[in-house]
Amino acid sequence: MTPTLTISRLTKRFQSLEALKDVSLALEPGKRAALLGHNGAGKSTIMKIVLGLIPFESGEVRVCGARPGSSEARAKVAYLPENVAFHPALTGEEQLRHYLSLRGERPSRAMELLARVGLLHAARRRIGTYSKGMRQRVGLAQTLIGHPRLLVLDEPTSGLDPVSRRDFYELLDGLAADGTAILLSSHVLTEVEARTDRILILSGGELVAEGTLADLRTRAALPIVLLVRPAAGHAAALATAFPLGIQGKDGVLRIACDQSDKLPLLAGVAALGHQVADLDVIPPSLEDIYSHFSRRDGQ
Amino acid sequence: MNRILATAISEFRIAFRNRWVSIATGMMVLFALVLAAAGSAPTGDVGVDRLSVTVASLTSLAVYLVPLLTLLMSFDALAGEVERGTLPLLLTYPVSRLQILLGKLLAHLAILALAVGFGFGAAALVAVRSDPDAIAGLASLWRLIWSSVLLGATFLGAGYTLSALARRPSGAAGLAVAVWLVAVVLYDLALLALIVSDAGGAFTTQVLPIALLANPADAFRVFNLSAASAVAAAGGIGGAANSIPLWQSAASLLLWPLASVALATAAFQKVTL
Ligand SMILES: Nc1ncnc2c1ncn2[C@@H]1O[C@H](COP(=O)(O)OP(=O)(O)O)[C@@H](O)[C@H]1O
Ligand SMILES: [Mg+2]
Repeated sequence: MTPTLTISRLTKRFQSLEALKDVSLALEPGKRAALLGHNGAGKSTIMKIVLGLIPFESGEVRVCGARPGSSEARAKVAYLPENVAFHPALTGEEQLRHYLSLRGERPSRAMELLARVGLLHAARRRIGTYSKGMRQRVGLAQTLIGHPRLLVLDEPTSGLDPVSRRDFYELLDGLAADGTAILLSSHVLTEVEARTDRILILSGGELVAEGTLADLRTRAALPIVLLVRPAAGHAAALATAFPLGIQGKDGVLRIACDQSDKLPLLAGVAALGHQVADLDVIPPSLEDIYSHFSRRDGQ
Repeated sequence: MNRILATAISEFRIAFRNRWVSIATGMMVLFALVLAAAGSAPTGDVGVDRLSVTVASLTSLAVYLVPLLTLLMSFDALAGEVERGTLPLLLTYPVSRLQILLGKLLAHLAILALAVGFGFGAAALVAVRSDPDAIAGLASLWRLIWSSVLLGATFLGAGYTLSALARRPSGAAGLAVAVWLVAVVLYDLALLALIVSDAGGAFTTQVLPIALLANPADAFRVFNLSAASAVAAAGGIGGAANSIPLWQSAASLLLWPLASVALATAAFQKVTL
């Protein structure tokens, strides 16, 4: 399948600052990719380049086979900027009618779009009276106009409460199922965990890791933690059996081990039989993996 | 075309909510009525109908008010989008910068047309009520209305240009006031000073007509005065109107909006995010 978005060897500088260094990536139709990175890592910069809003020094970017920012590309790409803003004097409905007309769609579909993002009740109120979360939803609604082949969403869930976030990711699932490629950025790691096909970690303008969460987990080879709860009266025996473990006040033993030692260790725990009341295996969290790959210089 | 129209509708709505439509119309009606009332006082009749006299004074009003109003409407047009942060999203839509600009222009011109239409129309009503012969002056009133819209287009383009160059509304507002002062007030003062010191020499006969045509506000004044029958009354700069053929001031009136909108488009193209 030809990718919806291809970026190869992209370099961008702002005066002396090298904001993007040799970044390459490809996004196929129907795939959802999350760009993760600290503030200032270059996430918004990549997105603005993909949209043709800012120029770049070297490399190549193709959006649906076209040059970014060309009218052909703009017709197929929808964008949700970071901290999206609208004119405060317009109502949500008027704003969407305007955007619909600009995309050559019927303005009368505005209400339907607002209903999809749960904003029907406020459609006839001025955007100036909206909360940040409501403005964010107007922003989402306008990305649903037409049938974009590529969605570029810059921190789309900021300002949304947990329930709205879940609804939002459900909306994305539907779009991805229809073949829309989605590039989103976030610094809330837990929420992208289950909701994206691929994670791209950006650090200081460089793409330092890329893959599914499982890939990244294997590659980072971070220690796994076993939590072993002893049966009543067997805490001491357990501690002697695993001298590397650290026992907490409640008797629960914390054993850190490498991925490769996981199965032998589990066998050892199982061999203790009735002395063990319970066992939890805690894989490295996305936060751990993220900081492993995106360590800043000197850390 | 649909995109220009959609932009215009949205802009008109915003201007209406921000009370621009009522402020502009109210201001025009008020000033025009004051002038009409003053004009209806008995003047030593020179065989000119009342409306033509009113149009002559409305022309002087429009020279100041139309540029002011249009600069005020336009200085925020692009700088405001930059400051609010609405521009990046807009520029990712399949709409060109020229279309965005033309949409705004269309909305602002519609507001101006409403304001001068109502304002000058009200003055005409007053004139016709006190002097039925004033109907004869309707042609010059109509000419004043459409030439005011052209003059407005020129200063709207100038306002958009400043708005794009300044990128911040406060900076654009300062520049707009400066442009108004220079184009409408200082330019004429300078010309007057030169006329006086020249005392009918080469400057007055050779340079002055060109200088008048080069300034859109003066071209507007010259056009309306030379086209109207009340020319005789006007001295000073108005007197020079006689020496400029009508087609020349008309050409200046038509070309200036094109030039200023072209300039605004170029300035807008240079706005990066
Ligand atoms: N217009 C600009 N001029 C100068 N530097 C910029 C500009 N935009 C972004 N930067 C810099 O580029 C880097 C990447 O910024 P950005 O892409 O916004 O990061 P992120 O979205 O990941 O937080 C930052 O160091 C930022 O300060
Ligand atoms: Mg950002």
